[in-house]
Amino acid sequence: MRGAMDHDPPIRVKNLNIYYGREHALKNISVDIPGRTITAIIGPSGCGKTTLLKSFNRLVDLADGVAVSGEVLVDGENIYAPGVDVTRVRKKMGLLSQKPYPLPMSIYNNVAYGPRIHGTKKRGELDRIVERRLRESGLWDEVRDRLHAPASKLSLGQQQRLCLARGLAVEPEIILCDEPTSALDPVSSRRIEERFRELKSSYTIVVVTHILRQAKRLADYVIFLYLGELVEHGPAGKIFEEPEQAMTREYVKGSIS
Amino acid sequence: MDARKVEEFVWKTLAAAAAFALFLSLFLIMATILAKGLPSLNMAMLTQTPRGGYYLGKEGGILNAIVGSLYLAGGATALALFLSVPIVLYLNVYAKKRSRFVLFTRFSLDVLWGVPSIVYGAFGFTIMLLFGLKASLLGGIIAVALLILPIMSRAMDEVVRTVPHELFEASYALGATRLETALKVVARQAVPGIVTATLIAFGRGIGDAASVMFTAGFTDAVPSSLLRPAATLPLAIFYQLGTPFPEVQNRAYASALILTLIVLAISLVSRVLARNLTKHIVK
Amino acid sequence: MIRLVKDKLAGAGMLALAGVPGLVVFAMILGLYGRSRPILAAKPLSELLFSSSWHPLRGEFGLFTFIMGTLWVTAVAVAIAIPLCLLASIYLAEYAPRRLREWTAPLIDLLAGIPSVVFGVWGVLVVVPLIKNHVAPLAGVSSSGYCVLAAGIVLAVMVFPVIVHVSVEVLKTVPNEVREASLALGATRWQTIRHVVMRKAMPGVIAAVVLGLSRAFGETMAVLMVAGNVAAVPKTVFDPAYPLPALIANKYGEMLSVPMYDSALLLAALALLMVVLLVNVAARAILLRVERSVQ
Repeated sequence: MRGAMDHDPPIRVKNLNIYYGREHALKNISVDIPGRTITAIIGPSGCGKTTLLKSFNRLVDLADGVAVSGEVLVDGENIYAPGVDVTRVRKKMGLLSQKPYPLPMSIYNNVAYGPRIHGTKKRGELDRIVERRLRESGLWDEVRDRLHAPASKLSLGQQQRLCLARGLAVEPEIILCDEPTSALDPVSSRRIEERFRELKSSYTIVVVTHILRQAKRLADYVIFLYLGELVEHGPAGKIFEEPEQAMTREYVKGSIS
Repeated sequence: MDARKVEEFVWKTLAAAAAFALFLSLFLIMATILAKGLPSLNMAMLTQTPRGGYYLGKEGGILNAIVGSLYLAGGATALALFLSVPIVLYLNVYAKKRSRFVLFTRFSLDVLWGVPSIVYGAFGFTIMLLFGLKASLLGGIIAVALLILPIMSRAMDEVVRTVPHELFEASYALGATRLETALKVVARQAVPGIVTATLIAFGRGIGDAASVMFTAGFTDAVPSSLLRPAATLPLAIFYQLGTPFPEVQNRAYASALILTLIVLAISLVSRVLARNLTKHIVK
Repeated sequence: MIRLVKDKLAGAGMLALAGVPGLVVFAMILGLYGRSRPILAAKPLSELLFSSSWHPLRGEFGLFTFIMGTLWVTAVAVAIAIPLCLLASIYLAEYAPRRLREWTAPLIDLLAGIPSVVFGVWGVLVVVPLIKNHVAPLAGVSSSGYCVLAAGIVLAVMVFPVIVHVSVEVLKTVPNEVREASLALGATRWQTIRHVVMRKAMPGVIAAVVLGLSRAFGETMAVLMVAGNVAAVPKTVFDPAYPLPALIANKYGEMLSVPMYDSALLLAALALLMVVLLVNVAARAILLRVERSVQ
């Protein structure tokens, strides 16, 4: 199964339009997100980066008065088709938000939450999952002896890595990140970035960021949005070194912000 | 179907049903009061006092209770306002933020907020006995003022607490004293909150029966002085519903409708005022 | 200079007034205690609280019947109100479309202000006949309709708006990102509500319930009108009850000539006051603890 998917893009956006009431937030976006790479969505604030990201796991649905047209294909299936099980779509993707939001429970239960709601009840199995995912997110050594302390007691940087572990625990194929380091100090940010570089061999990672340098450090593939429109997308080297559009050139030079 | 979806469906349906049941029951109450009250409502009901005794007489209206209730709730609100504003200003401007006194006073207000109105009634009456006072408008006003004091103070306190700290500092930086800050900055900033709190308290005061039962008494006449007993709408409902005569019971239904309308009107007015008064507020 | 004097004077005046709430609490406790001293001196407290023999003319003042009346009525009200209110609040805060929520919020506010006598009128006109003619026969018992169940229903409906208003506010304070975090893991809405939102909102929801409970517990008029007021410990919800507030309302002020009568009634009032005080202290302690363990 997995082998076949590696050739097709895991996320394929076709003619996507999103409206919030009268506001046309995304205008006819079509783009493929390549698998097992880090894709950065860049652009000035308010350009629809977060909306695009949240359209991938249908979290846009939660906004009031939202209307969506077009398709988002995840593993070849249009997730906006009627009758789609939204929870199954979401399970395929982990989410890291701007600020870490640990669930109101212990460190252990934060990681075990996902597997539990999907039916894993056995203690031994949960223990294994929790350890493995905390190791993967580089948090295990810091929390191994206080797994049952409230997650809110961790530092912000640790909380963000906990959120990463929590997302990994449902065995997603894709990790969605919405400016995941904007609330963190430089050292914690660096750690998260290191994790991403390590995880990209097994996951497709999409990062929304308004920090150009972060995009340059991390991204293999770049999508540039401006005022709800897709201006340009392509391999990172090309976008940063020789963009086709004048607008992109201005932005990566730092003239538009 | 997957068990999680069944669970989701069942709970969502239950929750919607609960919300529906809740609104239905409240709607039924309004419908009952309207259906019973409207037919009994006429000019005579509003402009006459009961004739032949409120319990037995089949003629006349409920003017005594309407006027009595307005006097009583009005007096009590004024008295409570006179107490609440300084209390709230002291707690928020003068006192140290987390001093024992502040904590204790807020705790006392919470306790008083929860004290049943019948206890205010019984306590008020023992105090009146102590001073040789008989059931009267004044007694009722004092009891109801105590009853609504915590409601009013707490509502105001909530509002004044949200006044931004920087505003205090700005005022002090201009050389204003605490009193000037309290009156010119904080009070003005909190005016909408104070108005709403006052109206809420008035609504609670006019609707309460247990606190005025012993303290204000009941009478067929419109009260002519503070030392005379006063009739109130809630008690007019309670006493007159208990008679065997349909004519008298009609007065109870009319009283219920009028009381409900007064309370709803106050609530609406406070909403509108709160919306219109927020122009000069610094957020 | 004058400004500073004014400032000091106003401060002193306000301080004096700010002492009023605390003073009233003390005065109430002391006043009611003082007036119930005669009966406390004449009878052991255990007899007053646990004897169900209420014969004022013979000098017997056992309050047990009335205490049980209060407990029954409050328990029934709570049993009806809590599940309904929690579910309704969850619906309004989590599931309902925004339009509906915007529409219902002011409505709930309005309803929270309706005086309890009006609920009593509805109880007499609708609930009592309903129980007498339909519910009790269905359960195979005969009842006048003036009973624990009627009082419980009326009280429950009365505290609906109070509990729902506060609970919805509390649920709205839970940040949306927390919901998103759970949903993004593939949790259903209900799983998110149950395991995450409710957990986060628990302290506030407990406060809302305590608020409603204390309102129901001390309510006088609505209960007085529908509970039946028969001085016997209820055995089923179809039996009449005589709660403490109803006892005070019915008897106080009339029977001052019977020795000790008013003293016994003021002891009842003191008991109500003490319970409110304890509930307040306990609620605070619980809230502190829950907040610490959850956040």
